[in-house]
Formats: sequence, structure tokens, C-alpha cells
Amino acid sequence: MSRVNPVNQYLRMDRMPHIWCSGCGLGTTVNCFIRAIENCGYPREQISIVSGIGCTGRVAGYLKLDSFHTTHGRPIPFATGLKLANPKLKVVVISGDGDLFAIGGNHFIHAARRNMDLTVVCVNNFTYGMTGGQLTPTTPIDAISSTSPYGNFEEPFNLPFLAESAGAVYVARWTTYHVKQAARSIREAIQKNGLSFVEIISPCPTLYGRRNKLGDGLAMMKAFKENSAIVNGADTREVGLDFKGKIVCGKFIDREKPSFLDMYHTTMAERFGPFYEPYEGVQ
Amino acid sequence: MSDGKKSRGPRGVVTINAELCKGCGFCIEFCPSGVLAFSDTFNDKGYHTPQAVRPEACTGCDLCGAYCPDFAIFGMLKEKVVA
Repeated sequence: MSRVNPVNQYLRMDRMPHIWCSGCGLGTTVNCFIRAIENCGYPREQISIVSGIGCTGRVAGYLKLDSFHTTHGRPIPFATGLKLANPKLKVVVISGDGDLFAIGGNHFIHAARRNMDLTVVCVNNFTYGMTGGQLTPTTPIDAISSTSPYGNFEEPFNLPFLAESAGAVYVARWTTYHVKQAARSIREAIQKNGLSFVEIISPCPTLYGRRNKLGDGLAMMKAFKENSAIVNGADTREVGLDFKGKIVCGKFIDREKPSFLDMYHTTMAERFGPFYEPYEGVQ
Repeated sequence: MSDGKKSRGPRGVVTINAELCKGCGFCIEFCPSGVLAFSDTFNDKGYHTPQAVRPEACTGCDLCGAYCPDFAIFGMLKEKVVA
């Protein structure tokens, strides 16, 4: 066993094996992310990663990059501060659906409105995996969770539509089955100037899959394979998710808009003329 | 390389770190060449780990490595492997 996995150099191997369950898609998402940053053209020192609380919040602890594990729902405010303090950094937020859209939903909307230059990767497993499988804003209708034992009747968020309407410049959705496409999308999202959003649909076999009789992680992955359809440039209003329904994947939005820092520099240069020196950050 | 594609033998090498494996079966299911299968033995955690039953079919595409949630398996092109 002298051969070493090439991804190990990006991982804190002293913390392995990780806490994620057998069949969880989070490790696959981390794998996609590592393959994305290998090819994105930025040195490792320039990439920092912020994550919130939950199973997905552990990602920051396992990656051997400048990483920060923040309070619940607040990875985007921390990432905003990091980006503004050092605009040379490429800041990536990896967090779960509950952390980003329930507890931190407001922060996401305003980061997208301002078009902060961040990459937001949302690992959507339709449940709160770490605390016992409660209902999240993305749990599909009729799905059973520990707080909706008779089936969910609340309309879930359609995350790509939310991101697009709030102002994100790059919106894509993949499942953990689409590893190559997800890695490419995360790479494009990191290279994009402005708020880019990638949703990764991931299996949670222990809580969501078991309660809803969807089988183990492998069965859920096979279901992703069978039920997903790749429609690049699809209308995000029509990509909402149903329980056991079709999953529309693809790159939905890729548009150009000035980011928060671009607008800041433009406005200040107009007001102060030659007296204004834009802060470029340190590397 | 002039012998043609079929007689080249294995193009890749698959490496399995059984101690990290949690037996989810993603690599076995999604290997495009059908190289892997569950072994009869357990690792320390009690999971059945994959084993290369058709190592000659491995192309080194590293799809097993991309799918593995536990960073326990990877494929590599044979010419890139250093002993």
C-alpha cells in the first residue's frame, strides 16, 4: 500500500475516517470539490472554505485548506467578511440545505442581491441529518421526517429559482451521481465573478432514506441515476423537486453582472476621483 | 502500443485502502469496466470491502475515486504509477 490517493494532499488525514455514514453523499461532494480546485487554476493558498453547522459543516474540518467552521446559518456573512478583508481570496461556502436556507436563508438572499463574489455549494439532502432528521425548507411534499410523521404538507423551496431571482450569476444543480459534471460546475463557479450557486442533491440513507423507504445510499444513488434528466439552460421555475419525482439537473444560469466589489470600486472612483485607491488585498 | 488496443493489457491500476472503506458499494456499482466486487472478508469496522476481481479491465479512469465517499479507493493510469 505504498501508493497514496492523490486527493489525500487536500485532506486532513489525521481526522480520517470521517463521521459521515456509509452511503452518505457528502464524501462524494468533497471529492468533486477537490477535483474542482485541482483544475481551477488558483493556488491552494488563495482558496478558503467556510461552512456552517450540520453534517455538511464538517467539510471545513476535513479539508486541508484555509477553512472556517462558523456558527449555525452564518457561513455567508463570515465568507463576505473574509472576501472584503482580502479580495484576492476565492471564498467557497459549502453547507447544507438547512444551514443555508432555513437558519441562514436571509443571508443567502442578500449575498445574491449584492452579488458578493462567493461560491456557494449547497449539499441538499432534504433533511437535518445531524439532529435527527427534522423537516427542512427543501423536504418535498409527502416526505416523512421526524417532525412531519404523517407526511410533509409545506411547499418546499425551489433552490435554483430562489438563487436566480435573488440575483445569482451562476446557478447549477447536480446530484452526487453526476460526479464529473458537479466537479466541472464547481470549478466554473469558483472562476465566476459574482455569487455562484451549485446545488448538489445528496443521499441521506440513515434518516431521510430510511424513514421514506428509499433504501440505502446505493439505492438512492441508483434512483438519482434513473430519475435525473440533464437540461442545461432549463427555466428554473420548472425545476422544483417532487418526492421520488424527476430531478432536473444542469447548468441553468450563467450570466454576467458586476459584483459587489466592482460596484464599490466604480462608485467610489466616481465620487472621489484620483483620491480613491482600491484595496486589492494581500496574497 | 503498435499491437492494437486489445493486447495492451491493463491500462490502469486500482488501489483500495480497506481500513477507510465503509462498504457503501458506490465504486462497485458505478465502475464502467466491472473491475470490482465485494470481497468475503471484513475490515476492522466490519464492512465488506471491494476487491478487484478483473484488474486487467481497469482503465485508470478514477471514477471509483470520484465516487468514493471515504477516499478509500482510486484508479490511476499505469504509466503514472510510481512503485
